[in-house]
Amino acid sequence: MRYAPGRIEAHMQKFSAFSLLRQALGGHQGWQPQWRSPEPKPEYDAVIIGGGGHGLATAYYLAKEHQLTNIAVLEKGWIGGGNTGRNTTIIRSNYLFDESAALYDHALKLWEGLSQDLNYNVMLSQRGVMMLAHTIHDKQTAMRHIHSNRLNGVDNEWLTPQQAKEFCPPLNIAANMRYPIIGAALQRRGGVARHDAVAWGYARAADARGVDILQNCEVTGIRRDASGRVEAVETTRGVIRTKKIGVVAAGHTSTVMGMAGLRMPLESYPLQALVSEPVKPIFPCVVMSNTIHAYVSQSDKGELVIGAGTDAYVSYTQRGGLHIAAHTLDAICELFPMFRRMKMLRNWGGIVDVTPDRSPVIGKTPVPGLYVNCGWGTGGFKATPGSGHVFAHTIAKDEPHPINAAFRLDRFRDGTLIDEAAAAAVAH
Amino acid sequence: MLLIDCPYCGPRPELEFSYGGEAHLVRPADPSVLNDDEWAAFLFMRGNQKGLHYERWRHLHGCARFFNAVRDTTTDKFVTTYETGTPKPDLAGKSNG
Repeated sequence: MRYAPGRIEAHMQKFSAFSLLRQALGGHQGWQPQWRSPEPKPEYDAVIIGGGGHGLATAYYLAKEHQLTNIAVLEKGWIGGGNTGRNTTIIRSNYLFDESAALYDHALKLWEGLSQDLNYNVMLSQRGVMMLAHTIHDKQTAMRHIHSNRLNGVDNEWLTPQQAKEFCPPLNIAANMRYPIIGAALQRRGGVARHDAVAWGYARAADARGVDILQNCEVTGIRRDASGRVEAVETTRGVIRTKKIGVVAAGHTSTVMGMAGLRMPLESYPLQALVSEPVKPIFPCVVMSNTIHAYVSQSDKGELVIGAGTDAYVSYTQRGGLHIAAHTLDAICELFPMFRRMKMLRNWGGIVDVTPDRSPVIGKTPVPGLYVNCGWGTGGFKATPGSGHVFAHTIAKDEPHPINAAFRLDRFRDGTLIDEAAAAAVAH
Repeated sequence: MLLIDCPYCGPRPELEFSYGGEAHLVRPADPSVLNDDEWAAFLFMRGNQKGLHYERWRHLHGCARFFNAVRDTTTDKFVTTYETGTPKPDLAGKSNG
């Protein structure tokens, strides 16, 4: 049965101060599940493979902006259990190249209105992202980014070491550090958001518009008709017919695309993150250092949230080597001596799909009806709303949005790479 | 950290090695006849296997020689290592546990 979108929205419990109060008076017995758990229909107008933030956002914008509501999101695990719940929640848009700045700032602008749009508090906190410079080369790279960002309307400014310490008091700017800080680039609009809430908020809002979210539904095959066009997906919950498939499978993109006979310009690596024991608010912003490899912020719960690097080799283990995490902790202890005696509580890995130029692929594929959104590498969370928005446009119109036109798959054939790898000199 | 069995030096810790990506990608004998699709396939497209993966390693801080390995990317366990230039090994009877 197909519901009119407005009808379903009426079913969704709106969050407001009033609804909180009313539920409190009722002993919180009246809350409903945030989204339905429907049985798969035999056919959908479009199927999104991957129920992470990007896939759910794609489904949401397909329903909201393109009135495509007979669609399903297929998730092999559970919503929020993949990379959406494994990242370090950092949001920024200070990328070097015009194409990247446009894409990531498109996302940042959507972030700024997302809680209202979804009626779900994603806890966006624009506390500023500060990227440290330790060498003359770092400073030159940072200045080039700052000027490029300004020309693209993206905020980014240079701070002296003293200004950096004023902005982030725990920062060690001593001259006798192994890699002394000679300045920092600050994007004040950058910050963090609560990653689980992003997945849940998009899932709830997409569901309210009629999108079927099918969890524990792993895709095992992609069927194509005689002309080569996609016609169905085979899943652990049965065969689902569809004319359009959007693959948003992050680290498993190569596996899924292989089902359609395509080889991708991707390699998958475990990327680690870890959190400390929770402490009182001490750390006011996000600090990153590409050169000595540190990413740190403090969650509202009080944990330090720390991003480590990727393992050197292709792997799907969701673990990562201990020496990778230890390397990052070395850097953090040097930058913030007050953290030297803190205990780390948990560490984990997520599988990230990395392209040769470290820019994503969002677009059509050689297979008619098959679209792909992948290659976000170590930094996809920040792009979630923008990625879903332009990918939904690509699927609905069968042509890219102007913002993702340059991120097409065949740039690896004609050489028009968007080489953020060279621009950042490290994973980002 | 992985323990990697260099075919020349024996088992050594991962830190002594650098990773060389997918193995058995052969540079075209006559590059000038390739079209753009064939170049893209050679330069950029990768198997990225979930399961047995044929890959290159270099014992950088040891003998400094390249060699090939077969590793299960779902467990990170090595099935075998072998010298560069030799064909893909016959894995029948090899356990990946």
